[in-house]
Amino acid sequence: MAIVDLANPSRFLNLANRALPWFGGAVVLAFAFGLNQVAAVPDVYQQGATVKIMFLHVPGAWLGMLGWAVMTVAALGTLVWRHPLADVTAKAAAPIGAAFTLMCLVTGSLWGRPMWGTYWVWDARLTSVLVLFLLYLGVIAVWRTVEDPSRAARAAAILTIVGALDLPIIKFSVDWWNTLHQPASVLRGGGPTVHPTFLMPLLIMASAFTLLFAALLLAAMRNEILRRRVRTLRLLQASAVT
Amino acid sequence: MTALAAMLVRDMRIAVRVGGGALMGVLFFLVVAAMVPFALGPDLELLKRIGPAILWLAALLASLLALDRLFAADHEDGSLDLILMGRAPLELVVAIKGVAHWLTTGLPLVVAAPIIGLFLNLDGRAEAALVLTLLVGTPALTFIGLIGAAIAVTLHRGGLLVAVLVLPLTVPVLIFGVAAANAVSSGPAPFGTPFTILCALTLASLVVGPFAAAAALRQEME
Amino acid sequence: MRLTASNLACRRGGREVFAGVSFSAASGELLAIRGRNGAGKSSLLRTVVGLVRVAGGQLALEAGDPELTIGEQAHYLGHQDALKPSLSVRENLQFWADFLGTGAAAIGEPLAKVGLDTLADLPAAYLSAGQRRRLSIARLLVVTRPIWLLDEPLSALDAAAQQSLTDFMRTHLAAGGVILAATHGGLGLPAAREVWLGQAPSPLAGEGWGGGSGAGATTSTPAPRLATPSGRSQREGGEES
Repeated sequence: MAIVDLANPSRFLNLANRALPWFGGAVVLAFAFGLNQVAAVPDVYQQGATVKIMFLHVPGAWLGMLGWAVMTVAALGTLVWRHPLADVTAKAAAPIGAAFTLMCLVTGSLWGRPMWGTYWVWDARLTSVLVLFLLYLGVIAVWRTVEDPSRAARAAAILTIVGALDLPIIKFSVDWWNTLHQPASVLRGGGPTVHPTFLMPLLIMASAFTLLFAALLLAAMRNEILRRRVRTLRLLQASAVT
Repeated sequence: MTALAAMLVRDMRIAVRVGGGALMGVLFFLVVAAMVPFALGPDLELLKRIGPAILWLAALLASLLALDRLFAADHEDGSLDLILMGRAPLELVVAIKGVAHWLTTGLPLVVAAPIIGLFLNLDGRAEAALVLTLLVGTPALTFIGLIGAAIAVTLHRGGLLVAVLVLPLTVPVLIFGVAAANAVSSGPAPFGTPFTILCALTLASLVVGPFAAAAALRQEME
Repeated sequence: MRLTASNLACRRGGREVFAGVSFSAASGELLAIRGRNGAGKSSLLRTVVGLVRVAGGQLALEAGDPELTIGEQAHYLGHQDALKPSLSVRENLQFWADFLGTGAAAIGEPLAKVGLDTLADLPAAYLSAGQRRRLSIARLLVVTRPIWLLDEPLSALDAAAQQSLTDFMRTHLAAGGVILAATHGGLGLPAAREVWLGQAPSPLAGEGWGGGSGAGATTSTPAPRLATPSGRSQREGGEES
């Protein structure tokens, strides 16, 4: 079975149903391991234990951006190749990505309060992530407002591709502007500047969250396919009754 | 279920199911409030001073959003004809529709305001005052808005006309709402004076709005 | 109960739509309102109901409820369906049952009568035009009001549904109701003609037809062909179903 066969929604449903329990198990294991590592991390000089918010905040940011990237690829699938699963992927990924972005914003805000003295500041990094969150909400609004699913898919796809411009802005905002948010410390030329004691748990937690993202995405895609089937059946039911 | 309860339930169901639901108003509120720092610059002290005013303006505009469809939707599908043939007084029906609009548009704004206040660097007391003034003032915005919505009912896309009609009428509410919200953070004026006047304005609008809107609807229908 | 109109006139948009219209309909009587397009059939119905202001003449209802207007004792089935697409079939009908009636009405039976009970939980958006029309007709069944004003009631209905509506109309008349129906062609299948117990041809103004030619007609006419004034230039094909 070639990977392109997955394009068939029924085959995909089949695969999703079989794969989800494994994903679920992997997520639990990864988090168990990750949290164990996080608990072992020592407190930091000034911040104390609050530095451990980093293990939620950074993966949240990465996955918020990853979610939009997934949606962008799906959007190309909708507009260019008319792939049947592309619509479903885009619609399913939006709320998940939005949730991770929200987690990033909230944890960052709580982390910043003791450090910077304020919950929020309008610097380039925070603002561009907030813009990403608003874009997520806008795409979700498009999905919910437009009645016909395929028209909604195309409208959302265009918005997604345009919004993808925000991703490089987020990434490089700390370099291009003078921000209160700290500069890049993991994904940068010259290697990470984070101490290994923190880097390893961070990467483990990030992987755990990524697995969670994948599992949630699979489940959401499965639900969306089922939801569309229910809709089709209802339409048939209405037209069958004279 | 009584006629008025049925109308309330129906309007709330429609508001929640159609067009993104109640969250669309909150999203608009958030977006408008977020636009202001882009326009004014990130000066936190400035934002703190004008924060309540910005949020009040944003709440006003967000309330206006669903107003033009309030009666026009019923007019377009023939429901308004039947509503006029019901035995419930039109003034009460209009008031109930206003209540449904406030519950689905105004109240979510009040709940969202503290969070958005954080973006504008408001402190705890300012936020509390803001929430209180919005809680009392947003019903006035809705009920005054009923008048504009009723006047524009026969227009298919009357949104801008409704805004033009309603905004001047809401000026007193805006003035006293912002004055009360600002009173806790700046100046010697007490919170109580503008707040009491705001309450009075709201109470008056709860009566004047439905009567004027019902009269306008009857005029338009003929 | 008797619904009487004397010299009724209507103006819309500054122009006179009709004038000098008189008719009378008593309990159990079906009044067919005929006229060509634009003659004002819909306006007459809306004037009787009270949605359009009376520009001249009088409307009177004898033996009705003196506390209520005519519109509050009538059902109006116009060209629009008054259905919300986001609500289910059941929710739509339940709303009108509660709003127009006393709220105690059961909607299961009227839904079954119009053949929509199996679709009760579907959103109204999924219904076809004929199904939406039938849901509107269910509204007339679920709330009891003595006067029915129907504007082209058989349009958008297939033969079976037209037959059902004719049956409902027959039942309503038998219970003492009054029906005013505006129509271009026939008011039903040939069998429906017996239903018409009394009709007053009321050709409406537009081209100098002058006053209604049938004032208060109470004859039982089995045939759908109305007594038409001579010189009338247009004649509906009353035979077609």
